[in-house]
Amino acid sequence: MGADHDHGGDHHHPGLAEDLSLGEPARRLMAMEELLVEKGVIGADEVRRVMDVIAARSPVDGARVVARAWMDPAFKLRLLEDPRAALAELGYPVVSGSKLAVVENTENLHHLVVCTLCSCYPTSLLGPPPDWYKSFAYRSRAVVDPRGVMREFGLEVGEAVEVRVVDSAADLRYMVLPRRPEGTEGMAEEDLVALVTRDSLVGVGAPNQPAVNS
Amino acid sequence: MARFRPGDRVRVLPDVVDTHHRTPAYVKGRTGRVHAPSGSFHDPEDRAYGGSGLPKRDLYLIEFDMQSLWGPRYGGGEEDKLLIDIYEQWLEPAGNPAGRQD
Amino acid sequence: MNAVHDMGGVPSEDPIDRSEHQLMEWERRTGALVDVLREKQLINTDELRRGIEAISPDEYRRLGYYERWSASLETLLVEKGLLTTEEIDKRAAVVGQRWV
Repeated sequence: MGADHDHGGDHHHPGLAEDLSLGEPARRLMAMEELLVEKGVIGADEVRRVMDVIAARSPVDGARVVARAWMDPAFKLRLLEDPRAALAELGYPVVSGSKLAVVENTENLHHLVVCTLCSCYPTSLLGPPPDWYKSFAYRSRAVVDPRGVMREFGLEVGEAVEVRVVDSAADLRYMVLPRRPEGTEGMAEEDLVALVTRDSLVGVGAPNQPAVNS
Repeated sequence: MARFRPGDRVRVLPDVVDTHHRTPAYVKGRTGRVHAPSGSFHDPEDRAYGGSGLPKRDLYLIEFDMQSLWGPRYGGGEEDKLLIDIYEQWLEPAGNPAGRQD
Repeated sequence: MNAVHDMGGVPSEDPIDRSEHQLMEWERRTGALVDVLREKQLINTDELRRGIEAISPDEYRRLGYYERWSASLETLLVEKGLLTTEEIDKRAAVVGQRWV
């Protein structure tokens, strides 16, 4: 079974030393990867290559998309209608598989995204989800007590605002297009990017307010 | 081709199954409205077991009133909604509540 | 009674723990390995979810997020005949010695 390779010094996993207390699931994962490489199912560098691709994604990419939508109403319409094409305009690669959907917050409407069945999240744009998004508390409570959940994050949504919780249970991955903060008229696009928080892209937060110049 | 259009009243089937599916218990048996079509995708109930997932199935974004979904458990606004993508095989028309036998 | 993964609306008073940890190397490897195997169409998301849902309720609650992914991935790789439980057992023991 090709088991007589030298497993001594050939396997170098940079960064693994920090994970000294590897639990059994982690050890089994490492074992599976090594075996798949040895059997030629995957290439020796493929996992590392994909790790680099994933590491390059971050909520900043979502923030760039949002800032462009705030600046350019025509782009915003395209983003809501066909997110894939709109993202391609900004140079983000079209990822196969799950489809991105964008929901817009307005004066009267606030969206909050959850995945109650697992932890679906627009990772292809924003990178991996935060821990709380995957927590059992968030997954169970967000659909029945969204206002309480948002309050825990410090976001109070007015009584007059309709809250729409989106449970991304199937093949779409939802990102919130938050409201542009007041007092940002005339700001440059790159300064707007800095206001868009990750939490505002999920709906548990609002974008930061611009710093007040005194 | 699509079975449902935006605004249609639909009921989520109440079936309890222990095979893989993407319909959470809290919407089963509940009535909502079609918010928008979400496209068509490989059938997860087939694909989860090595099948091709073909033919693709229509997916719909369904809208429920929070108050009707949760009753007094829901402490938020009257207008608050829950939106969730549900596959066509889990939906049936609920267009005529008066004439319906449940 | 809901299946354990079907959590929407399950009564919970638990506050949401907003602390975050940097993903560990092996967690990032897990995500990447799953992506590589998906690209090669050796596994798909629906299978991965099904494998996670097959974890017993107690285990599901006990395991971390990527630990559930690892468990599901093993189920799928063995089921598809790409690896055997025995060889994973053996190699996991070696990996353990190497890194402890």
